[in-house]
Amino acid sequence: MITANIFNIQKFSIHDGPGIRTTVFFKGCPLKCMWCHNPESQESKNQILYNSEDCTLCGTCVKVCPENAIKIENNILTTDLKKCNFCGLCEIYCIQGVRQIVGKDYTLDQVVKEVLKDRVFYEKSNGGVTVSGGEPLIYIDFVEELFKKLKEENIHTAVDTSGAVNFEALERIAKYTDLFLYDIKLMDNEKHKKFIGSSNRLILENLIKLSKIHNNINIRMPIVEGVNATVDHIEKTMNFIEKLNVRKINLLPYHSIGKHKYSKLALDYREEEMSKPSEEKMQHFKAILESKGYEVKIGG
Amino acid sequence: MRGYTERTKKLRQVSVSTQPSVSLERALLETEFYKKHYGSVEMPVLRAMNFKNYMENRKLYIGEGELIVGEKSEGPQVVPTFPELCAHTVEDMTVMNDREHINFKVKEEDKKIQAEKILPYWQGKSTRDKILAAMSQEWKDCYQAGMFTEFMEQRAPGHTVADDKFYHKGFLDFKKEIEEEIEKLDFVNDFDAFDKKAQLQAMAIACDAIIIYGKRYADYARKLAEKERDQKRKEELLWIAANCDVVPAHKPETYAQALQMYWFVHIGVTTEVNTWDAFSPGKLDQYLYPFYKKELEEGTIDYGKARELMECLWIKFNNQPAPPKVGITLKESGTYTDFANINSGGINPYTGEDGVNDVSYIILDTMDEMRLLQPSSNVQISEKTPDEFLRRAVEISRKGWGQPAFYNTEELIQELLNAGKSLEDARFGGSSGCVETGCHGREAYVLTGYLNVPKIFELTLNNGFDKYTNKQISIKTGNPEDFTSYDQLREAFYKQLQHIIDIKIAGNHVIEKIFAKYMPSPFMSVLTTGCKESGKDYNAGGSKYNTRYIQIVGIGTITDCLAAVKYNVYDEKRFTMKELLAAIDSNFQGYEMIHNLVLNHTPKYGNDDDYADDIMVDIFTNVRDRIRGRKSACGATYQIDMLPTTCHVYFGSVMTASANGRLKEKPVTDGISPEKGADRRGPTAVIKSCAKMDHTSTGGTLLNQKFSPSSVAGEEGITNIAALIRAYFQMMGHHIQFNVIDRSTLIEAQKNPDEYKDLIVRVAGYSDHFNNLEKALQDEIIERTEQSFN
Repeated sequence: MITANIFNIQKFSIHDGPGIRTTVFFKGCPLKCMWCHNPESQESKNQILYNSEDCTLCGTCVKVCPENAIKIENNILTTDLKKCNFCGLCEIYCIQGVRQIVGKDYTLDQVVKEVLKDRVFYEKSNGGVTVSGGEPLIYIDFVEELFKKLKEENIHTAVDTSGAVNFEALERIAKYTDLFLYDIKLMDNEKHKKFIGSSNRLILENLIKLSKIHNNINIRMPIVEGVNATVDHIEKTMNFIEKLNVRKINLLPYHSIGKHKYSKLALDYREEEMSKPSEEKMQHFKAILESKGYEVKIGG
Repeated sequence: MRGYTERTKKLRQVSVSTQPSVSLERALLETEFYKKHYGSVEMPVLRAMNFKNYMENRKLYIGEGELIVGEKSEGPQVVPTFPELCAHTVEDMTVMNDREHINFKVKEEDKKIQAEKILPYWQGKSTRDKILAAMSQEWKDCYQAGMFTEFMEQRAPGHTVADDKFYHKGFLDFKKEIEEEIEKLDFVNDFDAFDKKAQLQAMAIACDAIIIYGKRYADYARKLAEKERDQKRKEELLWIAANCDVVPAHKPETYAQALQMYWFVHIGVTTEVNTWDAFSPGKLDQYLYPFYKKELEEGTIDYGKARELMECLWIKFNNQPAPPKVGITLKESGTYTDFANINSGGINPYTGEDGVNDVSYIILDTMDEMRLLQPSSNVQISEKTPDEFLRRAVEISRKGWGQPAFYNTEELIQELLNAGKSLEDARFGGSSGCVETGCHGREAYVLTGYLNVPKIFELTLNNGFDKYTNKQISIKTGNPEDFTSYDQLREAFYKQLQHIIDIKIAGNHVIEKIFAKYMPSPFMSVLTTGCKESGKDYNAGGSKYNTRYIQIVGIGTITDCLAAVKYNVYDEKRFTMKELLAAIDSNFQGYEMIHNLVLNHTPKYGNDDDYADDIMVDIFTNVRDRIRGRKSACGATYQIDMLPTTCHVYFGSVMTASANGRLKEKPVTDGISPEKGADRRGPTAVIKSCAKMDHTSTGGTLLNQKFSPSSVAGEEGITNIAALIRAYFQMMGHHIQFNVIDRSTLIEAQKNPDEYKDLIVRVAGYSDHFNNLEKALQDEIIERTEQSFN
């Protein structure tokens, strides 16, 4: 049975494509964007979010863990992820609510069943199902089967992708996809490497190829002050997509909502390097893009 | 200032800024009248003569600039009292006068009159005194314990809805029909002929009463016109007089007369007796449209005039605060709001086609402009309703003050058909009060009281013993610690449920007889199909259809309680019943682990999760089947409603903690909503869960949905809300209304995160649970919310 690691199935999702949608968040991503607001989506393996600040070290989790994976030494609680089988007992029995298992293996049938629950809402709102992540297309076999089923049921499908996958995956899924939400994060390759951890070449090449075989691609541009909130970046992006079959752009201003998750994953959050772009700046970028005939929306 | 014209701006201002007060005019006239006539005539005749006496002798009021006339008492925001139902003590009057909120001013001299003239006469004679004297000890025990409430304790049946009769006929026509019925009486073969004659005579007198009231207004307006110096106002006063020459004696000829006709009828119904504070015009847009259309074609009206008159009617509703209660109910009740509820949209009752017309939009525009809590207004949405109308209604609703509410036409009709009504009558169906369904103008559907179902489970856990009153108030169904399976617990619960319902219904039978005997409503009987034909009163089962409702409260709480026990004690065996009972007894203090498990790690209603939802359906079905179809003392049929008004707060206040983690004295759930914080999968999951009960086998259900302003923003927001409504209604949901969360709620949520676990806010390009956000970000959202409202 085909499975995928999914960390959230969000109902009444109204910012990831048209209408009322269910967004399936797949776990694992080839990129490591510095501002990522879902850092728990990067690793494809299960993880535990642990808020050490609010933990009282009561020791209940140590007792309930059937694998003896948790220990407290010198007032520090650690979990041995090699022993942990993510059964979730430590989360359930934590009165403080400081532990959360992220990621669960779903079978295709489970996901299909869950997303079909809201079918009546998709029908009434012209909504549907969006796959997001992480990067959903690292589970291309799973997503392809999922979308095949959804298209059999005549449900609108959207892929929210970083584009950082083999083109073959995009090509395979394009057949069953009504809408692509395609991220362009940085045009400057050096900066891309610096802030995202890899080259942007594959992403940009894939977009060119994809636009030749699919005619409904929306571009999503995260705008982060200190990273890419410059007219130069907007113009470069515009020049790049000029010849492509793309008309709609979403500008997504940076926010720091994901910050609290970084410490829970024991990750470093480089807060001082990023900030929210001003409203005026966002409007300015919007105006620039609109002057070239793009349909632009600030926000999802 | 709100108002479409200068006139309605001023009238609205008077309405909202006048201090509510109490007038003893009605009570004095009634007391004197009863002293003179009680015992000398049959009861229906006495009530009709009493009504006529009030209409003949009461003061009249025409306010500056008014176009529609008539008040329940001496002027705007003045309420009459109804000592024949329940008489206020002097202490009650002091409480209502002195308290900071929802106060009613009472003159010192009136307190004296109350003590010396009113109270001595009505002691022991009011229906309230009669009821309390007649109830059994077990009823009283349950009543004191808060197992149920009693609607007729302080008010009379009849917060119902008019149909189209009096737009086609005047009260002279009705009187003629009544006289014909008297002629037809067969004193040879019909042993009830004597009673029927008294009832019919009473109805004829009630017609006279309202005709006299209208005539007095015509005369009064003319008198004021004579003295009026302003030429324009003089003409208006003469125009009012001309309208009152026509209605209510004759059928209305114009749009304005139709409105005036309704308002006279409204005053008649709500002063004949206190019919639960209100009466409603029902499908007002359907009834007014022919008048509007005719005048539009003749060129005597336009949108502006029609709109101004509609606003005048709206203000009239708002001028009538609900009469204050007595005793403990007075102390606990915090509202001026009555239960008028206007239905717009839906279908044309004559043809079954889409009913949305120009007047429907005039009503929406009026509602939006007036923004008054009274009259409460709703729209009916049918599959035939155009999106334009739905979108306009959503646009008003999302402004966050809760109106209009949305009702499902197809479901309403199905409810009525399932309850045995004809399709023709069902098309005249709609809601009144809160959400209760009835065939307007053809049915006496009487709410009898709320049933505290979560507390029945509390009794089950305590073997029939009530910890609030410290008494064994119900049967013994066994010590739950001895139950070895969920089924045993479930059986015990349903035994308790049956027992409490039987006590409630036994009490209802007595109360129904008291009203049939002592409190006939001849004027209401004139308006209700069947009473003339049967020669029986509205309160004695005379209507074409007769229904008694019991309102079920707390389905969310009770579902989660049973789910918590089944899941944790019997399925997962996380703890024992003994431990759970100890935790409940301690209000979960010292039992934090059990509290955590039942609160956060147990299936709950409202998440489209069949584990909990199957339990909900089981409870719903069992409650319904123990009530629905039973017969009442006057031959009515029992049905259930799933609505709480504000009773869920009171019911919670008399309870210990619950098995689902709800703390002691906290409210139980409202309507069919999930428990606060239990629904964690968003509005679509809530709607799916709610749709799993069979709404069409009830007389109405109530669903509140919360949204943040930003999640309903823009054209997309309207589209999404409209889609939620259409989807819920396709699944045969009855009613939904939207609360858009304001700034103060967000601040509350920040302080008490546990109570707002389900609160979703739009953050930046996406939505998140408010609780998940850091304080600084929450602050930012709070600020932003403020902005988006201004």
